[in-house]
Amino acid sequence: MSATGYPLGAAGAAPGSPTTAGRALSVSTPLSIGVITAYLSVIVLIPLAAVVFRSSAGGWDVFWESVTSPQALAALRLSVIGSFVVAAINAVMGTTIAWVLVRDEFPGKDAVNALIDLPFALPTIVAGLTLIALYGSRSPLGINVAYTQFAVLLALLFVTLPFVVRAVQPVLGELDRDMEQAATALGASSWTTFRLIVLPNLLPAVLAGVGLGFARAIGEFGSVVLISGNIPFQTEVAAVRIFSQVENDNVTAAAAIAVVLLAISLTVLLIIALFERWSRKHDQ
Amino acid sequence: MTSKLALRGIAVAYLGLLVAGPVAIMIWQTFSGGLAPVWDALTNPAFLHALQLTLIIAAIAVPLNTIFGIVFAMVIVRREFRGKPILTALLDLPLGVSPVVVGLALVIVYGRRGEFGGWLADHGIRVIFALPGMVLATIFVSIPFVAREVIPVLREIGTEQEQAARTLGASDWQIFRLITFPAIRVGVAFGVVLTVARALGEYGAVAIVSGRLSGRTETLTIHVEERFLAFDLTGAYTASLVLAGLALLTLFFMQRLKPRGSD
Repeated sequence: MSATGYPLGAAGAAPGSPTTAGRALSVSTPLSIGVITAYLSVIVLIPLAAVVFRSSAGGWDVFWESVTSPQALAALRLSVIGSFVVAAINAVMGTTIAWVLVRDEFPGKDAVNALIDLPFALPTIVAGLTLIALYGSRSPLGINVAYTQFAVLLALLFVTLPFVVRAVQPVLGELDRDMEQAATALGASSWTTFRLIVLPNLLPAVLAGVGLGFARAIGEFGSVVLISGNIPFQTEVAAVRIFSQVENDNVTAAAAIAVVLLAISLTVLLIIALFERWSRKHDQ
Repeated sequence: MTSKLALRGIAVAYLGLLVAGPVAIMIWQTFSGGLAPVWDALTNPAFLHALQLTLIIAAIAVPLNTIFGIVFAMVIVRREFRGKPILTALLDLPLGVSPVVVGLALVIVYGRRGEFGGWLADHGIRVIFALPGMVLATIFVSIPFVAREVIPVLREIGTEQEQAARTLGASDWQIFRLITFPAIRVGVAFGVVLTVARALGEYGAVAIVSGRLSGRTETLTIHVEERFLAFDLTGAYTASLVLAGLALLTLFFMQRLKPRGSD
């Protein structure tokens, strides 16, 4: 119950027990706060601040030009639209899979359940290669989608699979089934019961999972880079654009695109956090 | 009943086409030429060097992030101070940052053109295109996992036992070793497993800061890409399977550690 194993629900979001500083284990407060702040600053904060700073190094015009250059714009558009499409598919398929895993019983269910975690454990570059094995030029099915936008979607769907499933599963498992039974007894079809009784209860979890998947998809690199072919204006995603700009020693332009990506994913994560807080308050 | 079967069919087919099928085909294609080419790939010096480098990076990044994660969780759960929400948000930040942006950030700060990187270079310290940069990138992407697993556990156990131990005259270190750590052990282990998986499998961030110098700064994931681009499919797939094997080991430990009643 405590360790869900998934980085869902922001750490520290749960209402804390009252702090009992008194006689419990005492870590020297100023020292330890100093240490963790310094560690986070050196590793995370200062480098990210440097990206923002660097993106503005040439002034607003250079920033705007870098972000709205046709190739950068095409890459950003593909990442944003692709992530929205993936989010929508995840919402439906993730909820369906969670439903099957909670409400259905069939042989091999445990294996199916374990499979959900695989995309989370598998390195992204390997994820891309497995997709190439089945959907690339040597596909045993004769389906070759490599170097198409469909390949980008496939890779994004692969790496974001666990988010909605793992967010919805525990909520669905704890859902009281009395109301559903009452609805059925009153003559509601199973679809009506799902739509009016189950879905409203699942919605916060679905949205949280969708949001995390979106934030992941928008910056995805490793799983996409080999199967997409990185064709400018067609299959080049934003992260690949940043990568090639860095390789071309065009760091300022790379930083500008990175700032846009950061802004989008942080906005999404912020909305999730606010929404979670809201729905928790709403519950109480 | 039929709708139940239909849903089951859709879910299983989706997972089969998206995850199980591709993985199975990759395994099959790896061994389609027999065992000899696989053995050659496994004994290739570049592969062995990449494996070694990957393990070295993980051996540095994981302990640092583990200690940090435990201290972070203790401070966040047990102390009240200004700026706490900011620190919590900062911890989660790496989850919303593209690996490529992580690499870019380190290049900007530590690259030879950067102010700080230039100063370091003058003193003979290379970060970018060298081990320190790759370690920093790995630490960045795997920073939140231990803390995120330990925080809820610490919240749940409360402080009564620690207070009792204190009353009986235990020192801080004794309390941590005998009371607190045993209670958070499973959470720590879970976090460490996630950290290891991420550290071994990181590609984008490390690819940027490493310069991908074959035989020098090539990790396992970069080796996979390099072999693939060199049209050595067996080499790429073999190294992928080694990484996938490590991933499966991770999954195995996750299943074993999953606290009872969480499913």
